[in-house]
Amino acid sequence: MAETRYSKDHEYIRIEGDVGTVGISDYAQSQLGDVVFVELPSVGKALSKGGEAAVVESVKAASEVYAPVSGEVVEVNGELEGAPGTVNEDPAGKGWFLKIKIKDAGELDALMSEAEYQDYVKSL
Amino acid sequence: MAAEANTDTAGAAAPLKTPLHARHVALGARMVPFAGYDMPVQYPAGILTEHNWTREKAGLFDVSHMGQCFLIGPDHETTAKALEALIPADIVNLAPGKQRYSQLLNEEGGILDDLMITRSIDPDEDGALYLVVNAACKDADYAHIETRLPANVRLVKAEHRGLIALQGPGAEAALAAIAPEAAEMGFMSSRTMKVAGIKANVSRSGYTGEDGYEISAAANRIGEIWDTLLLDGNVKPIGLGARDSLRLEAGLCLYGHDIDTTTSPIEAALNWSIQKRRREEGGFPGAARVQRELAEGVSRIRVGLKPEGRAPAREGTEIATPEGEVIGVVTSGGFGPTLNGPCAMGYVAKAHSAPGTQLNLIVRGKPLPAVVATMPFVPNGYKR
Repeated sequence: MAETRYSKDHEYIRIEGDVGTVGISDYAQSQLGDVVFVELPSVGKALSKGGEAAVVESVKAASEVYAPVSGEVVEVNGELEGAPGTVNEDPAGKGWFLKIKIKDAGELDALMSEAEYQDYVKSL
Repeated sequence: MAAEANTDTAGAAAPLKTPLHARHVALGARMVPFAGYDMPVQYPAGILTEHNWTREKAGLFDVSHMGQCFLIGPDHETTAKALEALIPADIVNLAPGKQRYSQLLNEEGGILDDLMITRSIDPDEDGALYLVVNAACKDADYAHIETRLPANVRLVKAEHRGLIALQGPGAEAALAAIAPEAAEMGFMSSRTMKVAGIKANVSRSGYTGEDGYEISAAANRIGEIWDTLLLDGNVKPIGLGARDSLRLEAGLCLYGHDIDTTTSPIEAALNWSIQKRRREEGGFPGAARVQRELAEGVSRIRVGLKPEGRAPAREGTEIATPEGEVIGVVTSGGFGPTLNGPCAMGYVAKAHSAPGTQLNLIVRGKPLPAVVATMPFVPNGYKR
């Protein structure tokens, strides 16, 4: 069963084997408001933990999405180009951004579990 | 995830509240600091929905943070001339009950603020002009104006008043239902009338590109007008977020962004706001620059920009030629919900300002193709 972990910057990574699906949390999409554009990396790009992975633009502002772990981009969600609002409607599902081949599974330990993240959001 | 850009913020002092503040909170608005005030950036419906509602029906905005004041002199000509010494518009020939847009200029012809000026329709108030200036500039504006007024004209701040804007194709029906005279008004005209039984100054104007009204009333009564208008099923409250996307699509300048002390009204393509008599006679701060730019042209000018892709170009984005020469900068930019795509405005070298000119916008280091576009991006709905 896939496990989801979260960064303090509100990215999630859903881990299935050595591949993680990255997106932003429901809290993050609600804070951003209406998403109107998502800039995704190209497949094959090497991302480093904490580095810029994507850019999500709401009506008001542009926000960077950081890679929760290091690795190589193996797939991006091309559906977002024509339907960026999917990030608002289904952030944990159809609103995913990219899939990354996890380079160092040890980096996942620094991320929050679902329960830890929900506590973190409540503290904000 | 981190926000790169954010809304304007003021100093650390406790934010001011408009007379409608408690209503915004009760309506579930997301409140943000703006020009020293705690203001609603959006209500639960969200910016896209609010923007589209305003274009299709009627949006209700709290603009009580803006600066309302009166200039009061012995007669219209005296007061008008006192104001004309500070702005390039013709106010002497402004008819009773009419409104005009202008700019306070510095000696170099730079814009200190932009403002709306209204001459009272009431003969008993001959000599009174009503001004609305930007919230962030109001203290500086008042000081600037007061020190330059002749002894027989005085500035009276109207801080006891609230101001709301009702904008959109449904605005006339919604307001006329509680103030029938509103339906008779023409664009850029002003009257005093009872709105929901409360004395108010109503002008047929706004800053969204839509037909609509601005309603000024006593701060302790404006909430009743707000509440009454919201009883209309076609009227919804709209926050500053949608106000910004609406005015951007309408090609209207935002002070501190599209215009500031370095830009002249001619560079800002606001020539239409300077009437013939003032162009010829001058007699306002910076007249030498304005007259020279009118005669000889400007080296840079404000234009509309339409990115060809989906990526918005925000304020500060560099504008370059297809060959890579940087020729300007974006001063306002984002996503236009009615356009269903990005739009922007900015200053470019005059040689590259013709509509249809292909340019690049340097977004996050990448040149994205854009074209110089005529403004407004969305046709306006003013009731002429």
